[in-house]
Amino acid sequence: MNNAESGTTYEIIDLCLLAGKIMLQNGAETYRVEDTMTRMAAALGFPGAHSYVTPTVIMFTTSRTEQPKLFRIEERTTDLQKVAEVNDISRCLSQRQITSAQARERLALVDDAAHAYPAWLQIMAAALAGGCFTIIFKGSFWDALPALFVSGLGYASAVYFQRLVQVKFFAELTASALIGLLSFLFVQAGIGAETDKIIIGSVMPLVPGLLITNAVRDLMAGHLISGLSKGAEAFLTAFAIGTGIGLVLSFVS
Amino acid sequence: MILQLIASFIASAMFCILFNTPRRTLLQCGIAGMLGWMVYLLLDPHWKSVVATFFATVVVGVVSQIFARSFKMPVIIFSVGGIIPLVPGGLAYDAMRRFVEDDYTTALQTAVQALLLSGAIATGLVLSEVLGQMFRRSKS
Repeated sequence: MNNAESGTTYEIIDLCLLAGKIMLQNGAETYRVEDTMTRMAAALGFPGAHSYVTPTVIMFTTSRTEQPKLFRIEERTTDLQKVAEVNDISRCLSQRQITSAQARERLALVDDAAHAYPAWLQIMAAALAGGCFTIIFKGSFWDALPALFVSGLGYASAVYFQRLVQVKFFAELTASALIGLLSFLFVQAGIGAETDKIIIGSVMPLVPGLLITNAVRDLMAGHLISGLSKGAEAFLTAFAIGTGIGLVLSFVS
Repeated sequence: MILQLIASFIASAMFCILFNTPRRTLLQCGIAGMLGWMVYLLLDPHWKSVVATFFATVVVGVVSQIFARSFKMPVIIFSVGGIIPLVPGGLAYDAMRRFVEDDYTTALQTAVQALLLSGAIATGLVLSEVLGQMFRRSKS
């Protein structure tokens, strides 16, 4: 036990929870969050720590006598850079290259850090990805060109609406409705041939394909609650996008 | 084919920017995505797309494991970008759109296919992880 140098039990629990919180908020897998937290606790002198992680809550206890601590996660994004950094910190801590005070400092820095890439770059990336997806889905080059604009605008509007209305469902619905409308207008204007190919490429940056896969993976790993809740989130997103596009297409055609 | 490969490389790398992966891993993510899509394209004409997706994901998983070892980073950073071209996001959207348009039969078919494909991807990732563990254990 090295409690004297690493602080009180409370501080250690706090440290592990902070690490878990950052990882879960930024899109790490459930088992990785649990694993990292118990490993950090073991490195700080609590080999018997337990954690239970779902997409919305972390529960953590260091021993049988200690009260479990709970942390609620309200918003989740994907920022894998932060996940990698927390992973690195926990590795250093396990190998005793840094003390818990240093780990806490570094974690606080990671937690406060702004997004790694500026918004315009993300929008450009979404635009390029959308264009490329149109090609991957066997669309022609002339469909990829409008998809480039439509997906960029769609992603930008999704980000903007999300800030505006705070409800993810409506942000996605509005953004995909905009995508549908723009694709239709582009085809009407003679730029691009198949509305369907343009739409499908453009919605890819919004679509929850990764979430669906992660949900199935969590289910197979025995994290039943996480799997089901991720599945529900993915379903809602797909539903919002489908509704948005369906709405526009039923009006224009 | 070459156009498809270039497109999958760019799409994977760009998605990594959306997911905020560290800057120096973008190239590797693109490579993982391109390799996965290449395997898929080669297998798809001969086998069912679920099988092709499964093998493509195993390749992506193994490549990501190798990258993760050599760069000392979590596997998810590379596998996320790698599976992006394979992921049935387009199908999920298509299924939902057909539901909204009252075309239930096609909608259900598409939804089931999307579910099967994501199952194949998840199985592929798990298998590659198991392979990685076996490899590590046999070495130590």
